[in-house]
Amino acid sequence: MQIDLRTVSIKQQRNTFDHLARRFGDKPASRYQEASYDIQATENLHYRPTWDPDQLIYDASITKIVMADWYALKDPRQYFYNNYTLARARQQETAEANFTFVESRGLVEMLPEELKRLALDVLVPLRHAAWGANMHNSFISGYGYAAIFTQACMFHAMDNLGIAQYLSRLGLLLGDQEALTEGKTAWMDDEAWQPMRRYVEDCLVVRDPFELFVAQNVALDGLLYPLVYERIVDGTLSTQGASSVAMLCQFMSDWFDETRKWVDAVMKVAAAESEHNRLILQEWTDKWSQRAAAALLPVARKALAADAEEAVAEEVDSFKGRLKKIGVEI
Amino acid sequence: MSTVFIALQANEDTRPIIDAIVQDNPAAIVNREPAMVKIDAPGSMIIRRETIEEHIGRTYDLQELQINLITLSGHVDEDEDQFTLRWNS
Repeated sequence: MQIDLRTVSIKQQRNTFDHLARRFGDKPASRYQEASYDIQATENLHYRPTWDPDQLIYDASITKIVMADWYALKDPRQYFYNNYTLARARQQETAEANFTFVESRGLVEMLPEELKRLALDVLVPLRHAAWGANMHNSFISGYGYAAIFTQACMFHAMDNLGIAQYLSRLGLLLGDQEALTEGKTAWMDDEAWQPMRRYVEDCLVVRDPFELFVAQNVALDGLLYPLVYERIVDGTLSTQGASSVAMLCQFMSDWFDETRKWVDAVMKVAAAESEHNRLILQEWTDKWSQRAAAALLPVARKALAADAEEAVAEEVDSFKGRLKKIGVEI
Repeated sequence: MSTVFIALQANEDTRPIIDAIVQDNPAAIVNREPAMVKIDAPGSMIIRRETIEEHIGRTYDLQELQINLITLSGHVDEDEDQFTLRWNS
């Protein structure tokens, strides 16, 4: 008896969902496309929210930015729930290993006292700023429009929370519980932190989700991360012998590098949409980056003393260069 | 003109690669078989790292291509930025 093996190829009836076929043509869609495009609820929302009858439940007109298609704000990292959580889980393992390394080798005890003090003074209060960033991105996610944009903001909000937690752990490792209490006292009462605290608190009442995006993710993060994590932690602290602190902050540096691509892509698309958008973005970036630079100066003084002003000015310059590439000149 | 081709496994990893190949080689014909995608191109085929990076949203090492590569035909000319298939005649 002879048995012939034969493959039967079954052609599937449809390659993807209809709404994706309408947008991209009838071909297999990526998981990112399936999980992100055109899933915002747009119909049958005839009741206005009781908490604000002036707006619709999902209202693209809350922001001054006008987009013909909000789904143009694609995330170049193509994060949806699955690959976002996988990426962060891997980074969490690295961070965990770094903390264990620093702890088990007793690297904290080997830190010179004044460097440890400096790291605590500059980094621990920032966990309150990171919590603020979490609130802001949650707000953008709640009131922004189009899932492709709001889901990325929600991931960003979770990252902000993660950064706040890493900073807390750094505080606990370097200075035990008092470090966290001192950090909070500094955030609440220390003169140097008040402009920053005011910045974060003023952002809490910004109603325009896109303006908040500019204030938090573009202006504040765009100046804070290069200044604090690249310049102060990886630069000043490491060269003086506190590279273990840089190890504990690795996630923050990597995270900024990665998320910058998304922030830039969102800004670039929104600015290229129309002259109207570009002018508004220009106004917002100008206003908020000036405030952010002023708020960061007293913090930078703690670590860089007399060099602080020059350092902040340099960061502002490179920030302007970055914005120019996006099409926004300030 | 003779045809070169490349066959890749059909999965999430290769989708952006296929899109990049189609973008860089307008004459390429994509045949979607079960679990495999075979792309034919008349004369030559160029796979550019930059285009793949555009589609994939992260940095890409062209050698990652080998993981999902089933087979190919044509002379291979490979460097860090592009992977070319061509018949030398």
